[in-house]
Amino acid sequence: MTENNLKRTPLYAKHLELGAKMVPFGGWDMPVQYEQGILAEHAHTRTEASLFDISHMGEFRIKGAGAAAALDAVFPRMVSTMKTGACRYNFLLTDEGTVADDLIVYRIADEEFYIVVNAATREGDAARISANLPQGVAFSDESDDTVKLDLQGPKSEDVLRTMGVDVSDLRYFGFKQGEVASIPCLISRTGYTGELGYELYAAVENGSKLWDALLENETVQPAGLGARDTLRLEMGYALYGHELDADTTPIEAGYEFMLDLGDDRDFLGKRALLAKSPVKRLTPLLLEGRRAARAGSDVLSGGVKVGQVTSGVFSPSLKRAIALAYVDGANPLEEGAELSVLAGRSEVSAVVVSLPFYKDGTARKRKS
Amino acid sequence: MSFYYSKEHEWLREEDEENVVSLGISSHAADELGDITFVELPEIGKTYDPGETLAVVESVKAASDVYAPVGGTVVEVNEELEDAPETINASAEGDGWICKLKLDAENVQEMKKLMSQADYDAYIKE
Repeated sequence: MTENNLKRTPLYAKHLELGAKMVPFGGWDMPVQYEQGILAEHAHTRTEASLFDISHMGEFRIKGAGAAAALDAVFPRMVSTMKTGACRYNFLLTDEGTVADDLIVYRIADEEFYIVVNAATREGDAARISANLPQGVAFSDESDDTVKLDLQGPKSEDVLRTMGVDVSDLRYFGFKQGEVASIPCLISRTGYTGELGYELYAAVENGSKLWDALLENETVQPAGLGARDTLRLEMGYALYGHELDADTTPIEAGYEFMLDLGDDRDFLGKRALLAKSPVKRLTPLLLEGRRAARAGSDVLSGGVKVGQVTSGVFSPSLKRAIALAYVDGANPLEEGAELSVLAGRSEVSAVVVSLPFYKDGTARKRKS
Repeated sequence: MSFYYSKEHEWLREEDEENVVSLGISSHAADELGDITFVELPEIGKTYDPGETLAVVESVKAASDVYAPVGGTVVEVNEELEDAPETINASAEGDGWICKLKLDAENVQEMKKLMSQADYDAYIKE
């Protein structure tokens, strides 16, 4: 802990050495950018490979006979239907059917799961999940013992190959246990950028060595949370605290297609979720011009406020402003619908589009 | 070519034409903002009071008002910034000028009371 009560990842000193600008995020002191700046880091991720320190996120291990069935009753997407070596995006709901967190579930073995959660919500998630596990299923919070480094970009597979790590067998949202620079890692083909990439989880004592080994490759540049945000927003990925929160259901956020809502199963928050009708819908907006609308800005239709922006930024790839917003109403607006948004003190025209905003991401590409 | 700096990190620089100055934000301010993604230029022909917002500079993470350090009338704006706002990051005190103001004699006197380069450099170290 530091004077201002912000936590530091094991790579904190490395970030300072690299000239990072540090900002508070979710209770942590994190790099928002390095010397190149956000736009260069964003471009480098879309064309080469960038390395992000994401060690502030939380990791839990759940293991024991009955784990799969127990977690099926916790999460709105089933885990027992996952193959081992696969991972899946999922949610933790409140008793009101709203979102307590979004997370990734890894199936390590039939009855062993690894859950990766957001930094700010980690403690609440740990309490809620562990309280819903039966005797014989062990819960451990491994967050403080784990570093997470994201290597993202079309050249990321090549970078790992150069380091002697063959990930050609990994499917999108597949993972395996491996070694990078002789350091044992869980390697998953996942990420938050829309580009081909890998998330690497390793023991905290190996964090510095792993960071240095990856940066030694001349293709790899460090990138901070500023670029992480512009990259994910170009893909339309939700950020907890913006598109997802305890006042929003996963259906309002557009994830109904992903949820397992059958009558034959129950999960935390299911009854409340199904009792609610959506009152707003997450809407992707392409703005005219470069001026960005920020979170909290009004969305207008015919001069009347009809919603609020949850995230907005100048898109470095599209060279114009983009935003995600909640628009009031039970049903989503059609693509092409015209609205306006308050960007700073100006009203800017916006049009509803389909996601992703950036359509040339390489995340799913099959490597030959 | 003297620069005069305000506490709000704007600079004024005398041009060849009498009583005309160019205006921009300091390199320090540009560095603090990060990559600039949008500039709202002032209106040509409009007269601004001292302290009035005459431009807006937006970066990826923030938006910042640019104030008129002294009163004046806008006679020219740097249209290059509309499509290339990053020019301010590359050259905040050169090619990244935002506009040119015509000052009256009183404004010129006010300008001379602003900080010199040396005073500004000391100010930002505080």
